Amino acid sequence: MRAFVPDYEMITPRTLAEGLRMLKDEPGVWKPFAGGTDLMVLLEAGKLDHKRYLNLSHFMELRGIFADSSGSVTIGALTTYTDVLRSAVLRVEFPLLAQAARETGTIATQNRGTLGGNIVNASPAADSPPALLVYNAELELISADSSRWVSYSTFHTGYKTTILKPEEIVARIRLQRPASEWRQSYRKVGTRRAQAISKVCFAGACAMENGRVAEARIAFGSVAPVPVRCRQVESLLAGERARPSLIEDCRRKLLSEIAPIDDARSSREYRKRVAQNLLEEFLRAL
Amino acid sequence: MLREKVIGRPVPRKEGLDKVTGRAQYVDDLTFPGMIHGVTVRSEIPRGKILRIEYGPGIPWNEFIIATAADIPGKNAVSLILDDQPCLAIQVINHAEEPVVLLAHPDRYVLERARLAVRIVTEPLPAVFTIDESMSGKTTVWGEDNIFKSYHLEKGNVDAAWANADYIIEGDYETGAQEQLYIETNGVIAVANPHDGVTVWGSMQCPYYVQKALMTIFGLPAEKTRIIQTETGGGFGGKEEYPSMIAAHAALLAWKSGKPVKLIYDRAEDMAATTKRHPSRTRHRTAVTKDGKLLAMDIDFAIDGGAYATLSSVVLSRGTIHAAGPYSCPNVRIRSRAYATNHPPRGAFRGFGAPQSIFALERQMNRVSAAVGLSPEEFRRRNFLQTGDTTATGQVIREKVDLAGLLGRALEASSYQIKKEQFAAQNRGKQAVRKGIGFATFMHGAGFTGSGEQHLKSVVGVEATAGGRVRILVASTEIGQGTQTILSQIAAETLGLNYEDIEIAPPDTASVPNSGPTVASRTCMIVGKLVESASVGLKQSLIQAGLLAGGYTADAFRAACRSYIAKFGALRSFSQYEAPPGIRWDDERYQGEAYAAFSWAAYVAEVSVDMTTCEIRVDDFVALQEVGRVIHPVLAKGQIEGGVAQGIGYAICEHVVSKNGRMINNQMTNYVMPTAVDLPPIRVFFEENPYSYGPAGAKGLGELPLDGPAPAILNAVENAIGRPVNRIPLRPEDMMEILNA
Amino acid sequence: MREKVRVRLLANGKTHEVETYAMARLLDVLREDLRLTGVKEGCGEGECGACSVLINGDLVNSCLVPALQADGASITTIEGLAPNGHLDRIQTAFVEHGGAQCGICTPGMILAAVHLLQTISTPTEEQIRGGLAGNLCRCTGYASIVEAVKHASANILEPPQP
Repeated sequence: MRAFVPDYEMITPRTLAEGLRMLKDEPGVWKPFAGGTDLMVLLEAGKLDHKRYLNLSHFMELRGIFADSSGSVTIGALTTYTDVLRSAVLRVEFPLLAQAARETGTIATQNRGTLGGNIVNASPAADSPPALLVYNAELELISADSSRWVSYSTFHTGYKTTILKPEEIVARIRLQRPASEWRQSYRKVGTRRAQAISKVCFAGACAMENGRVAEARIAFGSVAPVPVRCRQVESLLAGERARPSLIEDCRRKLLSEIAPIDDARSSREYRKRVAQNLLEEFLRAL
Repeated sequence: MLREKVIGRPVPRKEGLDKVTGRAQYVDDLTFPGMIHGVTVRSEIPRGKILRIEYGPGIPWNEFIIATAADIPGKNAVSLILDDQPCLAIQVINHAEEPVVLLAHPDRYVLERARLAVRIVTEPLPAVFTIDESMSGKTTVWGEDNIFKSYHLEKGNVDAAWANADYIIEGDYETGAQEQLYIETNGVIAVANPHDGVTVWGSMQCPYYVQKALMTIFGLPAEKTRIIQTETGGGFGGKEEYPSMIAAHAALLAWKSGKPVKLIYDRAEDMAATTKRHPSRTRHRTAVTKDGKLLAMDIDFAIDGGAYATLSSVVLSRGTIHAAGPYSCPNVRIRSRAYATNHPPRGAFRGFGAPQSIFALERQMNRVSAAVGLSPEEFRRRNFLQTGDTTATGQVIREKVDLAGLLGRALEASSYQIKKEQFAAQNRGKQAVRKGIGFATFMHGAGFTGSGEQHLKSVVGVEATAGGRVRILVASTEIGQGTQTILSQIAAETLGLNYEDIEIAPPDTASVPNSGPTVASRTCMIVGKLVESASVGLKQSLIQAGLLAGGYTADAFRAACRSYIAKFGALRSFSQYEAPPGIRWDDERYQGEAYAAFSWAAYVAEVSVDMTTCEIRVDDFVALQEVGRVIHPVLAKGQIEGGVAQGIGYAICEHVVSKNGRMINNQMTNYVMPTAVDLPPIRVFFEENPYSYGPAGAKGLGELPLDGPAPAILNAVENAIGRPVNRIPLRPEDMMEILNA
Repeated sequence: MREKVRVRLLANGKTHEVETYAMARLLDVLREDLRLTGVKEGCGEGECGACSVLINGDLVNSCLVPALQADGASITTIEGLAPNGHLDRIQTAFVEHGGAQCGICTPGMILAAVHLLQTISTPTEEQIRGGLAGNLCRCTGYASIVEAVKHASANILEPPQP
């Protein structure tokens, strides 16, 4: 335990509005703190540079999963992974997100970790982002006096950097219910089969029409500084039949959309090849 | 023969209840009045000269106790086999994380801040990180030639054998470092002052090792150096010798401050700074006839010992002796060396050199069998040691041994034949998942090598309490394996008492004799046997005093004890180790009876290789072994299951990543050990063949299970992918390179 | 240095009021302020589960919970399972089947098993292993732990042993 804990401060605002007010009045002074499963690890390693936190974890208005008649599902940012796993509508209609939740951490971290916290932590190795990208997720970013919806695909700008302003928090994640007949696949390749950091993470969804790809959505985690949507690969696939030569082209095209690295967990070469293999595995099943 | 009442039964563990209720007290659970906390400031570079120490601004240094090598009252050396390892570095650094300064303060948070404020100013020197670099002699980092120890063993005439060979097969094999990863990190509490001496409580395997080391460091006699083992959350060898270091550090701070000092490592420190399993490289050259008979084995075995000698000579010894395995071969040459590098010193880890050399051997045997055109199992059958054969050290196998039978039953239990054929058919063509099955056959010697046990001269005591119960006095520690339980079973059986009538004294050097270290798979076989003989001695005392007659009841025994104590004051019986007859060992030529007894095993692994991700999964594992006698079925099974799990980690996922001599994946997130989901059910089978000099016929089994899994798994992987795999850990990244080569 | 905060905890049925730093780890509050040393530290990074406790019935790693967020929570530690010495069926099964070797992972492991059986009363082997995946054990290879949990789940209707 390497933190000088007495230097850290955390307060619980009485209301969400009060919390947002504090973020607006003193930009950059306070940071929001949700489930803590990422931030506490940094604290214990002596690597949590920021010292003052607003405890938002009990604001129920930011937690929950709501399906509306217009065809969208809205997930509060403080929804935990356990909440996600317990949701029938997510399991049935957004299986890639449900599967990502199942592979995130362990039961103990799923009980505390939140979807919003995970998004804001902005690790390129996080398990949910590829699924969110495939589902064209939108995020509602709110502050004391503003609210805006952004496409999740624009949220990450670089390694652990996002478009979130210091006074903003992520309030909700909105997913559009996919049309039926999408072939969907999620696969995480981790350091082991449970409680693992991802080495490569794949999410793919494909709408087929008369044996041809009507629309493909391909996303990866852990292969770039940010989670990536592979739009060039998707363009290659549009309107085509999934034949061997096309699969080969897609494998090659993928390399220009990802930039994996060597690190303590894995190697660039491994990540490259496995990413290609996972893509191929998905395309062969179409 | 009367049926045994206690031995062989799954009696409730002596240690069990406290552990499931959270009442068991590990060292970090203890607090002493006035206790302060300690922390260690360590080197960041792997090799260099220490120029000075700087104590940075912003810290109330006057509130701290600061200790350096200058504060050591006795000798600045952690005495083990050699005295080359300093307790605190003074002028030179020989590995990253080498301890230099100790700090103590009442507040743990402030202490950490202070640790970061100490700067050890150094001038780096060139460092050596691999066996090759050490061997090249370009940079000498230890002694004259970077070699801690070497052995040269010859049997028959290897050089002449090549001429008669139909096949000569070579192979190179490598194993990586492995972290013991006990879930309780190293920790101690020390109370010390020049007047009273030193007392240390802590997580450890060998209280008397710690005592010996502290006597040297403090210049104290044994009576003033008291070591008490606390409940220990796993050791696996990682707490065999290392605790001497942390105990010395805490005691130095206590000595200087006059206060009790608690020193607990956090996980990151424990992983980066403490011992690991020795990495190894083995070169095999094997001569064999076209009928598949072994003619000669020429084996070169090298291990990386890190910066100081610690136990490398003994690890090397065990690895050397096990290098030629359970095979009858007329001509054997084994040359082995332990090299110095600038990694933190390597140390003991369950198996202790044997997992390394047996990995190489069992892979090589498969390679040889393929060259000759025999199945691996048929090749083994043609070469297994039989009763009357000699090992590489010329030890005659006197006991009944039936390795072919063991192998046959292991293959049967794992449906080896059927699966092998099935997988061969399944694997044709481009499969998403390829399956394979493979095995390893091996033996493991229990107790210290050669004359080791005679040098140890272990002593065990058994005493009667005033209440008529019997208390066992040993320094052997419970670290999860059930020491207290099996020794109590042995005493109960020997004395004809109920298991509940036996208790065991806490391992405190002030009150128990030195029964030797809790290592080398010796606690049951060697110490257990001494418990048996000490118990017999206790019984004899009562009989000779006329207080007990044959066929006594438990009540009569208790009454006899009480009478004896009332009359004579105390009733104690001690027994000291004597080698069984016929144990002759030549340390010079490495010939003779290397071990009093071997346990024998055949392990079978079934694997899946995912061709998309190159991940290996162990789907089924059969562990079959002959161990003399099973004293406690649940405990024995637990030892094999746990050992196999560690062996699976050793083979496919545990990887120490080093940069500039420092472990950089020193967190549990990035050093990957298996979870419950990563392991298959492990199917354990025991066979018995009582060993005359073991208690109730038992031999050792604690380390045996580390020898088999890695070669069995890699043999299975080769079976699955049709390519040789010769290095562990065999991670998906490595598999990918092999498959794409 | 910040001011300490007052945190109220209901731990194993007893109310406690503790003065501590807002971001002190719940693990340290339990071990040091409440002397509930049955909760163990194994890694300090939320990977080993030795520090597992139940907060409002949910399994969490107490090394990852800041004290302030535990204010008002109902916490169960291993000490809360057998308050009068009557072992929980899982504890009994661990003793009988060798589920504890060195014992350091055992408190967390047992609580994870309690949590599992509260969710799925007769889990399959796969579900047991999945339910315990966040608790690392170095001694047992998990085999006897899985066996103990299977046995405990089969005894679901049996009363606790005296």
